[in-house]
Amino acid sequence: MKSPLLEIRNLHVSVDRHQILKGIDLQVNAGEVHSIMGPNGSGKSTLAQVLSRRDAYEVNSGEALLNGEDLLAMKPEEAAWAGVFLAFQYPVEVPGISNAYFLRTAVNAMRKARGLEEMSAMEFLPMFREKLRLLEMDDKLMNRSVNEGFSGGEKKRNEILQMAVLEPKLAILDETDSGLDIDALRVVAKGINAMRGPERAIVVVTHYQRLLDYIVPDFVHVLVDGRIVRSGGPELARELEETGYGSMEASTSAA
Amino acid sequence: MTTAIETAPHYLERFAEFENGAAGRELAWLRESRRAAFARFCAAGFPTAHDEDWRFTDVSAIRKTNFRLAERGSVSREQIRPWLMQDVGCTLVFLNGRFARDLSVIGEMQAGATAGGLAEALENDAGFVEQHMGHYADPSHDSFCALNTAFAEDGALVHISRGTIMEETIHLLFVSTAETPVMNHPRNLIVVEAESECTVVEEYVSLGGGSIFCNAVTELVAGENSAVSHYRIEREQARTYNISTLRIQQERSSNVASHSLLMGGALVRNNVHPVLAGEGGECLINGLFVGSEDQHLDNYMVVEHASPHCGSRQFYNGILDGHARGVFHGRIIVHKAAQKTDAKQTNRNLLLSDDARIDTKPQLEIHADDVKCTHGATIGQMDEEALFYLRSRGIDEVSARGLLLRAFAGECTARMKEGTVRARMEELVRRYVKQFAGTGLPRETSHE
Ligand SMILES: Nc1ncnc2c1ncn2[C@@H]1O[C@H](COP(=O)(O)OP(=O)(O)OP(=O)(O)O)[C@@H](O)[C@H]1O
Ligand SMILES: [Mg+2]
Repeated sequence: MKSPLLEIRNLHVSVDRHQILKGIDLQVNAGEVHSIMGPNGSGKSTLAQVLSRRDAYEVNSGEALLNGEDLLAMKPEEAAWAGVFLAFQYPVEVPGISNAYFLRTAVNAMRKARGLEEMSAMEFLPMFREKLRLLEMDDKLMNRSVNEGFSGGEKKRNEILQMAVLEPKLAILDETDSGLDIDALRVVAKGINAMRGPERAIVVVTHYQRLLDYIVPDFVHVLVDGRIVRSGGPELARELEETGYGSMEASTSAA
Repeated sequence: MTTAIETAPHYLERFAEFENGAAGRELAWLRESRRAAFARFCAAGFPTAHDEDWRFTDVSAIRKTNFRLAERGSVSREQIRPWLMQDVGCTLVFLNGRFARDLSVIGEMQAGATAGGLAEALENDAGFVEQHMGHYADPSHDSFCALNTAFAEDGALVHISRGTIMEETIHLLFVSTAETPVMNHPRNLIVVEAESECTVVEEYVSLGGGSIFCNAVTELVAGENSAVSHYRIEREQARTYNISTLRIQQERSSNVASHSLLMGGALVRNNVHPVLAGEGGECLINGLFVGSEDQHLDNYMVVEHASPHCGSRQFYNGILDGHARGVFHGRIIVHKAAQKTDAKQTNRNLLLSDDARIDTKPQLEIHADDVKCTHGATIGQMDEEALFYLRSRGIDEVSARGLLLRAFAGECTARMKEGTVRARMEELVRRYVKQFAGTGLPRETSHE
């Protein structure tokens, strides 16, 4: 049988000796869209960042396999080469490096790691233009420093633009919808939906049902205090909207 | 009080040798100026840590070494080639401080411009030299300037006459060569008359493995409504002591940009001292210093506002790795008459290792009441958030560090006027900074 794209088993993670993830089990297959919901501080971003190999987090036990390979042994760039992409909850400003240059450097770094020829500026441009149009982004943002002085919405679009250009196998979107007005949300959702496909899995971390109206997930997981306390279909998200997380927390302590 | 002669007696002998054979020895004013400066040096000696201006920089290694005055020596064109710049109007080469016409590429200068050696000018046009030399750089408070003035005989003389817009850059290339400890004291004079424009690159390089003490003074006069860009590049070998002073005299409505790139040398002191003497002058004092191992890079700025309505902006960025030590001392003096002064100073530093160190010190002396003066300094490490962000997009760690360093260094080159000189500076910086991208990385952890 084909191994799942992502398989997490009993993952425990701490930061500065604080236990944050307390035994996560999750399986994501190619072609699926999963949503992870949960209250503030429950560990959603921690999970997302551990998977893209941020080294501030310490893995205490458990494992995460990407296509059967030990994801937790990879450096951030190796995880990226293997197909992991994280849209940051708080995209980082990088003064002095233009957005266009950054993106082309990233694309070529990926191609090089995969043994492909680098793309010239001429080859890169048409592909890039098309993705810009998809996300209804102003060309001018491309000559500005990465995320510097971007509005909240522009930063989030920029994350999705990077995803569209880098074409990952596993995209983890950490609250890409937070702080967006409805028009921006539609554009971002359009960008995400354009990426759906049988070869790719998307994990959407969100607080709100709103995004899930546009991107209907196959599975919804509820993360509370470092554990997945319930999993279900899209109806679970709607249930959460009505009842909140309180009942879920109660059900864990009862379990 | 100990005098220089007690601490460094060999200078007496050196001066006696020098004085009787020096270029321009028959000129009374020059002889007088040399003697006065030497007496001044003898009385003051080399600065020590007790001297406020030298608190962070120890020059005892210079004091203790018995440097001889460098002979001109000889190098081949082949050896010089790597340092030549493309698209310049002329390249003046100086060997151990002496103008080497045979190695220089001067060709036909644009009308209104002359560039050559100071010693030659002392023969042919001493009157012009006398009008400017020593009028600005003041040996009375600075022993190195005194020493330079005592031993001054050659260097560059650039004269741009009134209303001349120089299209092409003038490159002054100072090559020091040494197998045994030698010193040279280049003395440069750049006079840009009213309504003129020019760009001068003053670059210091070296050959050979001996210890070198290069002690340069440049006087730059920017006439009324002139625009001057001055670039100083320090990339000498690791056994060089380089002390240099750029003294800028700005007349009314002149606009001067001083850009310094300090990358080489064991001990470097970079003095930049503009005096905004006429109303409405503007100056940009911009620099980047990049040090590793045991390098010591000291930047001593004195920006003097002597007239109303002048603006000055200082920006210095430092990158320090290994045991390197950097100093940024930014002094702003606003004279009583200099109302409506607008002075700004920013010093940003990146420390790449735990043993690297920076001392940064602003010093404002404001005697006028209607002025705007701001200063700020930052000291930080490589931005780990940004590093992770770049790596999460597939850019490997060394490349990601390289990109962030280039971006930081790029703040300096971005302030240079666009064109071939800037492209050359960017290229130099790129090459230099690249060496630092791989350092300070945690050792490869093994995964089984
Ligand atoms: N350096 C740290 N030291 C101690 N605790 C930390 C540290 N970093 C994060 N935490 C804690 O870890 C917990 C999980 O944080 P995380 O960012 O993963 O939550 P989240 O589910 O993404 O929350 P939100 O919905 O607010 O984004 C929080 O309680 C946070 O305070
Ligand atoms: Mg979060």
